Amino acid sequence: MSSTQPVLVAPDSISAKGQGASLGRRRLHGADLRWAIAFIAPYAAVFLAFVVCPFGYALWMGAKPALYRDLVSDPLYLMTLVNTIIFVGLGVNLKMFLALLLSGFFLRRRWWIRALLVPFILPWLTATAQACVSFHWMLIDQRGLLDGLLTEFFGIDGPIWFNDRVLALGWDIAAYIWKWMPFWTVIFIAARMTIPRDIYDAAEVDGATGVRRFAHVTFPLLANLYLICTLVSTLWMLGDFTTVFLVSSGAPALSTDVLATLGYRYAFATAKPALGVAAVMSALPLLIPIAIVLMRRLRTGEVQL
Amino acid sequence: MSATALGGPARRRRRPRRMAVEAGSVILGIALLIWSLLPIYNMFLVALDPEEGEIEFDGNLWPPSPSLDSFRDVITQEARYLENFWQQFGNSLFIGLFTMILTLLVGSLASFAVSRLRLGKASLLTNTALLTYALPASLLIVPYYAIMHAYGLADNLWAVIAAQVTFATPFAIIILQLYGNLIPFELDDAARVDGASAPQVYLRIYLPMMAPALAVVAIYAMLLAWNDYLYQAVLLSVRHMTVSVTQGQLFEDVDAEWNAMMAAGIIYVLPPIALLLALRRYVAASLSTARVDD
Repeated sequence: MSSTQPVLVAPDSISAKGQGASLGRRRLHGADLRWAIAFIAPYAAVFLAFVVCPFGYALWMGAKPALYRDLVSDPLYLMTLVNTIIFVGLGVNLKMFLALLLSGFFLRRRWWIRALLVPFILPWLTATAQACVSFHWMLIDQRGLLDGLLTEFFGIDGPIWFNDRVLALGWDIAAYIWKWMPFWTVIFIAARMTIPRDIYDAAEVDGATGVRRFAHVTFPLLANLYLICTLVSTLWMLGDFTTVFLVSSGAPALSTDVLATLGYRYAFATAKPALGVAAVMSALPLLIPIAIVLMRRLRTGEVQL
Repeated sequence: MSATALGGPARRRRRPRRMAVEAGSVILGIALLIWSLLPIYNMFLVALDPEEGEIEFDGNLWPPSPSLDSFRDVITQEARYLENFWQQFGNSLFIGLFTMILTLLVGSLASFAVSRLRLGKASLLTNTALLTYALPASLLIVPYYAIMHAYGLADNLWAVIAAQVTFATPFAIIILQLYGNLIPFELDDAARVDGASAPQVYLRIYLPMMAPALAVVAIYAMLLAWNDYLYQAVLLSVRHMTVSVTQGQLFEDVDAEWNAMMAAGIIYVLPPIALLLALRRYVAASLSTARVDD
């Protein structure tokens, strides 16, 4: 017994040393503990004052069941729910998939493709509000730039974009993709750069090139990152207010609102703050599972960014 | 001789395909260029029009008589709604800079305490950070409005900064944790043996080693504040207006001087670009550890 004990214990202590965790393995005490608490205090304070308090307040405001009865009986709310699902579902998936494909395009070794990356990044640097207003003016009233282009090159009059719910929502999605696709493309470029070249060489020997190489080599290697990015992006897009508010601004007749803008309208335009909170809280059943999956993924999967 | 005879047909078969790929990427490149630049071109189209009226919305593809009058009006503060442009710009800059500084400070201190000093469970911090992530900023605007009144921060730039720092810190912590794992603990240990205290390790080792990750966080936080519309519109009154909020005039007055508004929008894009250029070296460093595939 006593002879096996050290053998069983030894690998553990070696691996602990191997990680250089001599600081971590001993318990924090004295000055170090005080410093650690002092260092974490600002974040704890921010979290308490600006996450726990507002969220608790929101839960308290949105706790009355009557609010949700009001919501469900409001046709505007039901339409908004459908809009939100289309806006986020279509927007996120289209954007992430295009970003993944484009990241491969931008890694091609051509000087002009490298140069193209600069104008491609510009939308991400353009301020959201200004870019959305620019989209709005580009599409407004059959006299915007886009209609000018359609008339000039194809000789047709464009439709009145914001008179049609599908077109208006489509342009909200397009504006969001325009703004955020460069960011995700850069993330995927960075991730693709970490894939060792030998893997591709080996794949090429086995005859995997082009589409097959993408499907069987690149994508499986990036799958975990792709999932994490898609989930993060879903959270961001669910919370996006500016795009819908400034591009279509709900037109026609508030039929393209999403939850974020409807909550705002309830709270600040019609002075029903509790209803606004309730509208927004109804997204929680979707938000919480995403957050849980994200937590699990980030804990288990090693994310290389 | 025989080698070329064998290689010949294969190469000939491959050439048209390669040409097709080249042609495809040129077409894709042009499409991307138009897609990326069209809304930006539209900003210039509107801004360069000397008239403040409707002429820019007449289906023109380029300004009939381009002029920089609108830019001059913005800079000299003569445009309607932009009489206080430099004050609005200053407010935006104040919010952006302090969001950046505080996010860096709060985020780096917290991740240093947890991952380098090993305070408690690292996963607990990452998880609370992620929980904050699960609450998109715009969804909390109503309670924020009420709570900022309770804190005595109504119509105060610091209310917006607090909100932005809150929503920027989770991302900062996740990025700093991931990047921090790459820095060997032996460095900390060596400094400790030489008698360095925790703050000294933080200042002399952690911060310099983390520079690339901190640069990414700085850009992220600044852009988050810079792009914000909702919080600035709701938490601030006209007295503390920012450049972002002026764009909301769209709904107040359709006859606003839109050429000047767009000119202001173009000027507004310059600070983030300056920041990106200033930190370019560090961002490149955080990406360049890896090799390039084709």
